[in-house]
Amino acid sequence: MDTVALLTHSKPTTVVAYRAGVPVTMQRFLAEATLLGRSLPAGNHVLNMCADRYRFTVGLAACLMTGRVSLLPSTHTPEVIAQLANFAPDAFCLTDDQRCDVALPKHYYHEERPADDVARAVPRIPVAQLAAIVFTSGSTGMPLPYKKTWGKLARCVRDAAGRLGLLDGGSHVLIGTVPAQHMYGFESTVLLPLLSGNSFSAERPFYPADIAAAMAAVPQPRALVTTPVHLRTLLASEIDLPPVDLVVSATSPLGQDLAREVEAKFHSSLLEIYGSTETGQIAIRRTAESIAWRLWPDVRLKVSNGQVFAHGGHVEQLTAMQDVIEITGDDEFLLHGRTADLVNVAGKRSSFGYLNAQLNAIPGVADGVFFLRDGTTGATGVARLGAVVVAPTLSVAALTEQLRQRIDAVFLPRPLIMVERLPRNATGKLPQQELQHLAKRHLPTNQSS
Amino acid sequence: MSDNASLKQQPAPLTDVGLQREIATLFVQALNLDVEPQDIDPEAPLYGEGLGLDSIDILEVALIVSKQYGVQLRADSQENQQIFRSLRHLAEYIAAHRAK
Repeated sequence: MDTVALLTHSKPTTVVAYRAGVPVTMQRFLAEATLLGRSLPAGNHVLNMCADRYRFTVGLAACLMTGRVSLLPSTHTPEVIAQLANFAPDAFCLTDDQRCDVALPKHYYHEERPADDVARAVPRIPVAQLAAIVFTSGSTGMPLPYKKTWGKLARCVRDAAGRLGLLDGGSHVLIGTVPAQHMYGFESTVLLPLLSGNSFSAERPFYPADIAAAMAAVPQPRALVTTPVHLRTLLASEIDLPPVDLVVSATSPLGQDLAREVEAKFHSSLLEIYGSTETGQIAIRRTAESIAWRLWPDVRLKVSNGQVFAHGGHVEQLTAMQDVIEITGDDEFLLHGRTADLVNVAGKRSSFGYLNAQLNAIPGVADGVFFLRDGTTGATGVARLGAVVVAPTLSVAALTEQLRQRIDAVFLPRPLIMVERLPRNATGKLPQQELQHLAKRHLPTNQSS
Repeated sequence: MSDNASLKQQPAPLTDVGLQREIATLFVQALNLDVEPQDIDPEAPLYGEGLGLDSIDILEVALIVSKQYGVQLRADSQENQQIFRSLRHLAEYIAAHRAK
């Protein structure tokens, strides 16, 4: 049976993680994962909600060692959790927060010091073992599952480590501002350190001052795994970061000017990763030097009937890409934005099809559409959504509350404009211009967009 | 109001309506909020329900607060939960910690 080791650290005493600056060795990590694996309840599917990245990773290891499958939905609204319970009736939630209100049976992460803190063999996980199911929001109101085997996840992340220059040097500490539950955070802050012999910080710093503190708590060399939103915030803040040796960004592309600004301010190279839920990570670029993306060694793109597909390497099957892609070489391509239905707000992805279906499923909503606002907000540079809705019996507040149960908060419309009828043209379409016009009229105080 | 005792590093500050209004105006402009500054309930939660700010807004708020008042917010402090309980809590925190 083909297997891949759970982690690739060289010795039992090699550091796997830092918790509040305190190193955790591989043998300690394995002992805790073994203990947790024994205490998990029945049920083969796990929603790992641990906010602490170390606990998340121990949870993941315990699941892999016991043959359990991790579920990674794109958001955790009550509606999505209900769909998840329907998808996997045996699912339970592993959480480190007593206030966790996810409507699934809960197993609380219990910090327990293992009695036997001794060297043990590194578990080897079958490559064919189903390790995770990742969900996109789909385009019809139902999340779509994508199955990820351990072998394919491991291959993807090993290729990423190679392209990032982090393969088996074993020296970097990764500090992530993205949650482990997000596909990018899962790959780049959890699987990457495990499978490349590097270590990670358990913290998930949020504010600029938190990022500086989390970095200062771990030794050099350091790799900051982050997003355009956090990079813009860091640049705009007057915080001095401790030295950083590599900056990694993903979720939405950075402009070349911003990439150069980041490199100049942090005296470090900035590498951007491109991927999708469907394919996992497949390409990289050093944006300050080139806007072309370079694919993983064995992943290739091809065009068929005007549609771009990825295949090869860890990509399980011929997979349609949701972005507008121009193939410029054997292993190179340019990205020209997203297909019309896709939505990306601050790195969270959904589709207008999904959001509109959720909006129109609310009792009292007669008609309604989401649209992307022109311009961006503030220092984070995030473009927001608006919505125009016909719902004579609902207040804006009541409708917003209904939406909050269904869709991620970053997609909540601002403004939510109530109208008597939608400004459809003669063919029944909604001209973007008309929607933007409505939004502008609705927000007289709007200064920045 | 014993539950906000931890916020009070100095003798109980009087509720500074002027500062609250100033912060509310900064928010509405920076975040494109669909509300007039004077209509923000000083006691309503800022995050989630209430004013409806999300995590991206909170990052914007942190920048505004650091630039305007020289206050650096930290997520790992117990106070972080308290700060975003309402506009009044945030204003009191800023009043107690401002460097500008």
